[in-house]
Amino acid sequence: MIEWFTWLQVGVAVLAGLLCLVLGLLGRVPNDLTMGATALVELLLVGQLVVSIAAPFAGNTASGSLLEFYTYLVSALLVPVAAAAWALIERSRWSTVILGGACLAIAVMVYRMFQIWTVQGL
Amino acid sequence: MTGPKSAPENVVDGPQKRRVTGVGRLLIAVYGLLALAATGRSFVQIASKFDQAPLAYSLSALSAVVYIVATIALVRSSGRWYRIAWATISFELLGVLVVGTLSIVDPALFPHDSVWSVFGSGYLFIPLVLPILGMMWLARHRPAGQQARP
Repeated sequence: MIEWFTWLQVGVAVLAGLLCLVLGLLGRVPNDLTMGATALVELLLVGQLVVSIAAPFAGNTASGSLLEFYTYLVSALLVPVAAAAWALIERSRWSTVILGGACLAIAVMVYRMFQIWTVQGL
Repeated sequence: MTGPKSAPENVVDGPQKRRVTGVGRLLIAVYGLLALAATGRSFVQIASKFDQAPLAYSLSALSAVVYIVATIALVRSSGRWYRIAWATISFELLGVLVVGTLSIVDPALFPHDSVWSVFGSGYLFIPLVLPILGMMWLARHRPAGQQARP
């Protein structure tokens, strides 16, 4: 993993998460802004997938379990998609809150993936 | 957080015909996430180091399956699924209490992490809080016609 890209993902996911949580609790149904923020989080995750596949060829290898890493990454890729699908089916404020929760979960998962990549095996 | 009564979603959704309404959706989302987390972790444990602790990792897989079933049961939450929801959520509460207590009293019994170790501290205690919230929600949202069944 690339460190600055990790922090970019965590930062964007936290901001998107807080944005959706606040707007959801204010009673907004999912809109272009909250769906777009979730889509951006997903896009960055796809970027992370490319980075994770390419990094070892540049000498940036994982110190922890690759199996665990990719389980996290694949799970993470599913979360925003599931939340967005929910938001398309149910247009209620709670769907926006769920988008927020999904983005915050991604922030935690990306941080955990970074830990697995860099500081495992101690 | 404002109460569900003041929620404007009724205006958006129209008449209340859904089985799962308001905060209940949030509960299902958290259950889904926990089911995903438990499944992922138990997949890694079983695929990479099952022989180290077959019992703990089998329990991990079982809890993952139970979380998945509970999530589905909460989505359906009518008739038979209502009872399945009660059964799975009760099992989870029992699991987190028993394994959580044992992991503190005798840590040697559970040297490997599971969803329920130390009352789910590795998961922000969500595994401990969630079954209680789930039971409260189920108790309040008895499906119509449920009482008529023997």
